[in-house]
Amino acid sequence: MIDYALHFGFFALSLALLMNIWRAIKGPTDMDRILAVDTMVINLIAVIILYGIYEKTTLYFEAALLFAMFGFVSTVAYCKFILRGDVIE
Amino acid sequence: MHLIHELLISGLIVLGAIFALVGSYGMLKFPNLMTRLHAPTKATTLGVGGALVASMVYFLTLEGHVSIHEVLISLFLFLTAPITAHFIAKAYMHKHLKPKQLPKTQSGWSTYSASPAEQSHKHSQSSTSHQ
Repeated sequence: MIDYALHFGFFALSLALLMNIWRAIKGPTDMDRILAVDTMVINLIAVIILYGIYEKTTLYFEAALLFAMFGFVSTVAYCKFILRGDVIE
Repeated sequence: MHLIHELLISGLIVLGAIFALVGSYGMLKFPNLMTRLHAPTKATTLGVGGALVASMVYFLTLEGHVSIHEVLISLFLFLTAPITAHFIAKAYMHKHLKPKQLPKTQSGWSTYSASPAEQSHKHSQSSTSHQ
C-alpha cells in the first residue's frame, strides 16, 4: 500500500514541480521567478524524502537538509540583491 | 498493527502530496504576486511537513529505529518559510509598488520611511537648531 501512495506522491510532486517551472519561465516580475524557485526547492525536499522512504534508507536526509539550507540562503541573497543592489554590504 | 501503520503512512504521504500540489497550483493560478505568495508558503510547507511525518512514522514503526533528522528539517523549514515570504514581499513592495497603492495604516509603512539612525540624526539636528 505504501508503494501506491509513494507512486501517487511522486506523480503529484512532479506535477507541482512542472507548475513551478512554468511559473519560473512565465513569471511577469523577477520576484515571481524567485518565489517559483523557492517553492521548487521545497517541493524537491519532499521528493527527496519520499525517495528515502522508497529506497528504505536514511541516507538522503542529509541531502534534504542541505537543500533546505541552500534554498533559504539563495532566496534571501536574491531578495537582498534586489532590495539593496548588493548581497553583502 | 502492521496494516494500521501502513494506512497511516500512506495517508500522510497522499495528504502531503495533495497539499504540495494545491500550493503549486495556487501559485500558478492567482492574479498577482502578493496573492501568489500566499499559496506556496502555507500549503507547500504543510506538504513537506506531511512527507516528513510520514517518513518519521515509517522508520519508527516498520524499520524500528528513531530518526531525528526529520524533526531538524521540518523545524528549519517552518522557521525559514515566513522569513523568505517576508523578504519576497518586501523586495516586491520596494521594486514594484508605490506607497500610495498600499492600504493606509495608523502611522504609515515603516519600510518606506527613513531608517532609525537617519531619523535620530535628523531629530538631533533639529533639536540643536532649536537651541
